[in-house]
Amino acid sequence: MTETRLGQATNFDSWKHAYAKRAENLAVSEVRALFSVVSRPEVVSLAGGMPDVSAMDNDAIRSAFDSLMSSRPQYALQYGGGQGDLRLREQICQIMELDGVHGSVEDVMITTGSQHALELISDLFLDQGDVVLVESPSYVGAVGIFRHKEAHIEHVFTDHDGLSPDALEEAVERLKADGKRIKLLYVVPNFANPSGVTLSEERRQRVLQICRDHGILIVEDNPYGLLYFEDQPPKALRAFDGDGVVYLGSFSKILSPGLRVGYVLAPPAIREKLVLANESAILSPATFAQMLVSEYLATCDWQKQVADYRNLYRTKRDAALEAVRQYLPSLHTTEPAGGFFLWLTLPEGLNSKEMLPLAVTELVAYTPGTAFFGDGRGHENIRICFSHPTAENVKVGIHRLANVIDRQIELLETFGSSK
Amino acid sequence: MSHRVLILAGGISHERDISLKSGRRVADALTDAGCEVEIREPDGELIGHLMASRPDVVWSTLHGAVGEDGSIQDLLSLAQIRYVGSLADGARLAWDKPTAKIIMARHGVQTPTSITLPSSSFRELNAESVLAMVATELSYPLIVKPAQSGSAQGVNQVNNAKEFSKAMIEAFAYGDEVMVERFVEGTELAISVIDLGGGPVALPAVEIVPESGSFGYNERYTPGQTDYFVPARLPATVLEVAAEVAIAAHSALRLRHMSRIDLIVDEEGTPWFLEANVTPGMTETSLLPQAVTASGQTLSETYLSLVEVALR
Repeated sequence: MTETRLGQATNFDSWKHAYAKRAENLAVSEVRALFSVVSRPEVVSLAGGMPDVSAMDNDAIRSAFDSLMSSRPQYALQYGGGQGDLRLREQICQIMELDGVHGSVEDVMITTGSQHALELISDLFLDQGDVVLVESPSYVGAVGIFRHKEAHIEHVFTDHDGLSPDALEEAVERLKADGKRIKLLYVVPNFANPSGVTLSEERRQRVLQICRDHGILIVEDNPYGLLYFEDQPPKALRAFDGDGVVYLGSFSKILSPGLRVGYVLAPPAIREKLVLANESAILSPATFAQMLVSEYLATCDWQKQVADYRNLYRTKRDAALEAVRQYLPSLHTTEPAGGFFLWLTLPEGLNSKEMLPLAVTELVAYTPGTAFFGDGRGHENIRICFSHPTAENVKVGIHRLANVIDRQIELLETFGSSK
Repeated sequence: MSHRVLILAGGISHERDISLKSGRRVADALTDAGCEVEIREPDGELIGHLMASRPDVVWSTLHGAVGEDGSIQDLLSLAQIRYVGSLADGARLAWDKPTAKIIMARHGVQTPTSITLPSSSFRELNAESVLAMVATELSYPLIVKPAQSGSAQGVNQVNNAKEFSKAMIEAFAYGDEVMVERFVEGTELAISVIDLGGGPVALPAVEIVPESGSFGYNERYTPGQTDYFVPARLPATVLEVAAEVAIAAHSALRLRHMSRIDLIVDEEGTPWFLEANVTPGMTETSLLPQAVTASGQTLSETYLSLVEVALR
């Protein structure tokens, strides 16, 4: 801690003059601090996008752990290669086939969650002011990385069929006419975070074509693809274009986010640079976690576990939609066919960020829509994550949220719009 | 013999995060001082735990209603467990900002003119008319704040009718009563008062100069966003008067052991009482720890002394 010196100013940061300019974006946030309450059992958290790991077969993990430690501890406890464990990469290739993605084990790299892959890709491609096209809304973690890289984040109109190709084309032409350099399209095509919508099959082809025509690399993030409730989503974008798409996957939603194991499949030239960047940043992804995942995949019925998750999250999705219809009948909600999220649109004039303290008082937490935009929008939206609480608590939480919204409407009627 | 200290931190208030940070900082300092420290959340098992473990002293860093409105203090008194900080009656007087201001005004201390209203009043009396009248009588700029809260949450300065309405909605998100206060331009001071048994003593005044011009939540808790001057860059005579006001507030509000009194000193050198803090923040950027260090004591020495005075 910086010492207070008599007669001199202190600001508790002796190195303020030394930070890189991009560090200016890193500051505490009151909203983030309010989320501290979600660890209290009284609070129903519809905020964090956490899987329900209580439904995980712990015996299977324990058995994989025992098997690993009795067979190959000398490898599991050692440094590994920058590209990641070979056996796990082979298994990942098999998993990606389920989404229609055919990739070589040579082009797969393991990362510390897919968030890490996104960080490496952004570092590789984005100079200050470069444009990243994203859905509207887009994943908060991606927005955070792009903002930190000082990129220009351009949200493209998105509806219940996902990103609009017409809007994408319009944005690309407009930005190019403005002399902007468009580097990436970042998209979560299946059961997107935060909207829950899925990019339709027809739109996938058009999006691919537009990006090909304009030389824009697509970053396809697919953490939820296997968590479908009805039909399997259309084939991944990467299934149709091996050179124009970097594909990100993760074990965080189908196994455990605590292990922090994700992966990236990239064209060879990009993959080469990613491996070098990965080694530069972390030497190697966590060997133990990789080998534990690999052992689990090899020795346990992981597809049954994923099927169990599908059933569990379908029940919770149904509970969430039922509660919205019952308690918030006038609100528009997306109706996801998989994944973790509903995206609610509040009555006109309400501000989801300003309403959050009231929600904390009512013992419910959600994520304000503003978190999912890089341009200040989203005040009229709320992301509801139904994956972590029990189905019953999802209903309780949405009931509480309805009371909060009623109260906020009352304030709005009293004082007029807060806009 | 080392003292067994139980620190209460966390809870479900809007300031939970700050409370946890404060609790850990106090725990660090007391551990360094040789105390046996346990940090605990207030939960359904707290009472049973307290009764079974009977700590020598409880130190609550709980913010918000349960920690600062006298509730936890009453419970600890009932359980006959000694604790650091104010008794319930003092906490109740200080926690409610309008009440504290009334008491200070009765003691002849200047405090900005204000009005406090619940949301129901605005609904019944037509908010537009009420706000217009308040703006006319108090005149812009105004400070809008929840009547009971901390860490500048829900606090805004407003300069026109549109901002006024918006600020009211933000403030009511934190509580059902909102105080509107006339803005006083001047030097922002925080004066910590410590009483180790010999009467309240004012520690060196901390002058607050936020980079953005407003000492909001981010400016309080992001290192580097606010400059602090200890002692404040004001004439000694002014600082003496400000210290007297702080001690007067501590005494008039019947606070015990420690408090932090927030003041504005205007151009004429008059200190204006803003609010008293029953459970001052103890984080790495908080004001009371700065004042302790500037007084020549270490945090461990002072916090241990507070524990020992609570034990008497």
